[in-house]
Amino acid sequence: MYRKSARFTGPFAALVAVAMLAVGCGGADDTPTASTDNTSAGAAATGQPRLSATLNGSGATFPKSFYEVAIAGYQKVQPGVTVNYAGGGSGTGRQNLQDGVVDYAGSDGLVKAADVPKYKGEFLYIPTVSAPITVSYNLGDVKDLTLDADTIAKIFQRQIKKWDDPAISALNPGTRLPATDITVAHRSDGSGTTENFTLYLVAAAPNTWTLKSGATVEWPADTQAGNGNQGVAQIVKGTAGAIGYVDLSDAKASGLQFAKVKNKAGKAVVPSVASTTAALDGAEVKADLSYNPLNAAGDGAYPITAPTWILVYKNQTDRAKGEALKSFLRYMVTDAQKLAEDIDYAPLPKSLQEKTISQIDSIFVPTP
Amino acid sequence: MVLLILGLIAVATTRRAWPAFADEGMRFFTTTRWAPNAEVFGSLPFVYGTVVTAVIALVLAVPVSVGIALFLSDVAPRRLRRPVSSLVDLLAAIPSVVYGLWGVIVLAPWITGVYDRISDITSPVPVLSTLFAGPSTGRGLFTAGIILALMVTPIITSITREVFDTVPAMAKEAAYALGSTRWEMIRAAVFPHSRAGMIGAVMLGLGRAMGETIAAALVIGSSARITAQLFGSGDSMAAVIANEFGESGGLHRAALIGLGVELFALTILVNVIARVIIARGRRHA
Repeated sequence: MYRKSARFTGPFAALVAVAMLAVGCGGADDTPTASTDNTSAGAAATGQPRLSATLNGSGATFPKSFYEVAIAGYQKVQPGVTVNYAGGGSGTGRQNLQDGVVDYAGSDGLVKAADVPKYKGEFLYIPTVSAPITVSYNLGDVKDLTLDADTIAKIFQRQIKKWDDPAISALNPGTRLPATDITVAHRSDGSGTTENFTLYLVAAAPNTWTLKSGATVEWPADTQAGNGNQGVAQIVKGTAGAIGYVDLSDAKASGLQFAKVKNKAGKAVVPSVASTTAALDGAEVKADLSYNPLNAAGDGAYPITAPTWILVYKNQTDRAKGEALKSFLRYMVTDAQKLAEDIDYAPLPKSLQEKTISQIDSIFVPTP
Repeated sequence: MVLLILGLIAVATTRRAWPAFADEGMRFFTTTRWAPNAEVFGSLPFVYGTVVTAVIALVLAVPVSVGIALFLSDVAPRRLRRPVSSLVDLLAAIPSVVYGLWGVIVLAPWITGVYDRISDITSPVPVLSTLFAGPSTGRGLFTAGIILALMVTPIITSITREVFDTVPAMAKEAAYALGSTRWEMIRAAVFPHSRAGMIGAVMLGLGRAMGETIAAALVIGSSARITAQLFGSGDSMAAVIANEFGESGGLHRAALIGLGVELFALTILVNVIARVIIARGRRHA
């Protein structure tokens, strides 16, 4: 036995050494590998100067499929710029930006005031897209269901346990609701989707919702947890009487039914790209372009609308990277916006888009 | 060299976990409420889940593994041994995420019915009725234990088989010469000679079961609580780190790293205990 384990340590130590080497190489990535291609700088096919750089980002997984589409589109415009987006979660993205290992971070939430000094300088919020979070359910032939914030709060806190509860019936006159038990499905992993869903309940049902908000909250023990939007969708799809919060594209991909939700104006609204854009229109945008589309005003606004941003440093230190970053962000909020709707993300409304472009223009890039 | 690396890992993780340790003090290790959004971090439910799932895994895996190993070393015809042992080794080559996905997509929905039947049968029995209480969702401590058992079986099997192969043929033949049946020979010659090696194998399996992350994260049900209901959902240390790390920040992240430190300490403790048992077994043998 002992001889055997001694033989094993050799390869193990080698493995660790290789892993450390790999980490070392990863760290070396933040030294600029980029260079502006001055000789061929001039008119590319699009009329923009040809750029050459590698941009690395990480963060929120909620907008990841949109960012991937946008990156693929941008590659056609600027083939010299390589853009990576690693996902990993909003918290990871913000941490990586603090540590300076990425050039941009995706985040579904705002930076807490206490964390601002941890960043290496002033950073900017670049709104990109937004998307609705559906309240999806599995209730056989009940195709049309309306819920309001109080009822959703009570269901997810296990205060309403049956589908034919008077509170649900009152919102759905004329619908025959079965006496099925409600099964609540939520995320097992920490998630910006959970954070925005609970933030909505805090805002819209302040007197009912007691679990507060966060990427991870203390759900009652008799609820079910699934990994990722797909995990929750799978529970809802596989369990009669289940209800869960799932983003629109996954809810559609899994063929789930989702409820209309009563908004601030008292109108029941179906989650869609149009009702999400309406929510953005109704949201108040602050000077730093942070905004809160949750429980927004307006008749057509879907109330559980999640925002997402890209965070970048205002003062870029590397010219080639800075120019490429600005050009990529500009593409993201202009040309790429047309691609958003196909994959169930809502583009920015005109007014916000204009403000975002001027925010991007304010990024400082050193001159040579 | 290895010790140095282990030491550096321990120092680096403890330092990054320090804010959480400093904030919570001993409560980090002794309390049961884990509420990241209220910045309350008690790690006990995860320690409990880790230990319970690992114990379930070993209870299921050890008899099976020892049985397969005995079959391969002393019962099976020679030409069967190689294919069967490589098949068992092949189980170890399956990535853990595949086990986890199989667990959550295939096993969990199917096993709900089995759990419900067991809890019906055991409901009149005092202790068992609590252990096996329903209703179950299929995702929980016991399901995680089953998946972990599948994952540690090849490890325990291949090591115990090699240990059994080292039993001197003379000792076996002496037992036969005294008129033992095969089972008596195994008890009299194989087991006493292999005790230390078997314990070592089980401890390696235990280490694997305690540290398994993604498979556990998918099937364990993810609720931070201490419950006697084995079919109910729980959470383990490795699983909660995997689930919450991406969206964590500040104190929450420090607390998750702290969980990692605690798990590290726990596995070292288990290994030390195993070494002590093996050393003592050697002296007796």
